[in-house]
Amino acid sequence: MAEKLYLYPIWLRIWHAINALMFLVLLATGISLQYSNPDFVIIRFDYAVTYHNLAGIILSFNYLIFLFGNFSTGNNRFYKLQLKGLIEKLIKQANYYLTGTFKGEHTPFPVNKNRKFNPLQKVAYVATMYVLIPVMIITGIALLFPETIIENVFNLSGIYLTALLHGIVSVFLLLFLVIHLYFSTMGKTPSSNFKSIVNGYHE
Amino acid sequence: MYKKLILLLVFCSVISMQLSATTGVNMEDEPASLEANKLCFSCHANSIYQYENEFTGKIDRKAMNPNFIYDTADFYRGVHRHFACTDCHSPDYESFPHASELRLEEMYQCIDCHGGDPTYAQFNFEAIEEEFHKSVHSTRHDESFNCWMCHNPHSYRTMTHGNNKISEIVEYHNQTCISCHDNYSVKFQRISDTLKPALEIIHEFLPNFELHFSAVRCIECHTGSKDTMWVAHNILPKENAVKKCVECHSNSTMLISKLYKYQNIEARKNRGTFNAVLLNEAYVIGANRNIYLNIVSAILFGLTLIGVAVHVFFRIKKK
Repeated sequence: MAEKLYLYPIWLRIWHAINALMFLVLLATGISLQYSNPDFVIIRFDYAVTYHNLAGIILSFNYLIFLFGNFSTGNNRFYKLQLKGLIEKLIKQANYYLTGTFKGEHTPFPVNKNRKFNPLQKVAYVATMYVLIPVMIITGIALLFPETIIENVFNLSGIYLTALLHGIVSVFLLLFLVIHLYFSTMGKTPSSNFKSIVNGYHE
Repeated sequence: MYKKLILLLVFCSVISMQLSATTGVNMEDEPASLEANKLCFSCHANSIYQYENEFTGKIDRKAMNPNFIYDTADFYRGVHRHFACTDCHSPDYESFPHASELRLEEMYQCIDCHGGDPTYAQFNFEAIEEEFHKSVHSTRHDESFNCWMCHNPHSYRTMTHGNNKISEIVEYHNQTCISCHDNYSVKFQRISDTLKPALEIIHEFLPNFELHFSAVRCIECHTGSKDTMWVAHNILPKENAVKKCVECHSNSTMLISKLYKYQNIEARKNRGTFNAVLLNEAYVIGANRNIYLNIVSAILFGLTLIGVAVHVFFRIKKK
């Protein structure tokens, strides 16, 4: 039996599970709201509004758990980017995904107790968790309290611009989800990473 | 009575020569009857009026009936700004004390002046009259419920024919409804035996009640839509009011043919579902869809799926 590394502490797994569930609810209700159509109702509009608001609030509080957990347990060290040599590392990792993996090569940046993410993962996670999600939370809260938004920005509705930004970032997060799910199948076996995020042990 | 009506119609047609294309009233010139109205407004613009008592020889000061106080600024901003008071009211009002039988004077309705006149064709007064008579305001009340219950001829402004912002149109038109339908409204209770329910309670199904009230007009949901009309007047029974969110929050939002109709006629900029008014002055979830964002996101999503599919293909092939 391969050596197992306890990489995902319980608080992180709970945070991840809540985040994943709320993410899916927000995505489904958000798409339903944005493309609402009286002739083809995905989720009834008023229900979608309620669920979207509720899931958004839960995800926002959950994000605070992520921040607190990350900085209080040292988990944040996995997210620290070293700009020196980053481009080379990213190219190396990308090459592995594009060609190396098909040739049976080993991953250039294997997981160990000090390195949970490869360089590509790290950049993607830092961008998602420290840029995209905060933008979503801020614009989401603003849309929840639209009276707080500047009414007119360069002759455009402030609410519209906020909603547009919320929509653009949601597209990136949707792409993140697809890519995240797919790369999760690239563990030791296609299902091993999914097991890991449930039991905490990396295979 | 008929003589007076004919006189008024003649006066209306003279005034109509000065009408501008957008508001129907020349708002730039000095009001035509400014001097003539000064005598009336010397009392009726104030809460206290005074006159010389012929019997005592003293100056009497009295409180004006609040129903008969008119704001001159509002009057001269309104559509009837060029009128003399005695164009609509009896010239006998020029003497004081006013004769008691003047209280029985019959008041004109909108249609008495505006009906059948091509100058006012754009306002569709005949259609408004017809729609009003179908509305609950007409069917559930007696004849005393007339135009003036909602529209004050001494201050009425046409909001939708000028360059007013959507928010100004909404505020003005909603104030018309709110003047009776607000919580604890005395005007409402004057003609109804049932206690008026609180607005926020009967509209509690609306998420963000206050935002809806400041962003759209009551009549968006509470009237039937009839395209030939500029402003709908067929106020529906409450059970027929629009309650489905998607009626507004969708690609085919009914707001396009209602609230946003006025600006859209001027500046229709249909690029798919992209709309000038929706973009500039309002945001309606489900109705605002940026066509470019739609295309770019569909392309990115498609490319991602293709990338994943290609990767899966090679993973299986090279296994």
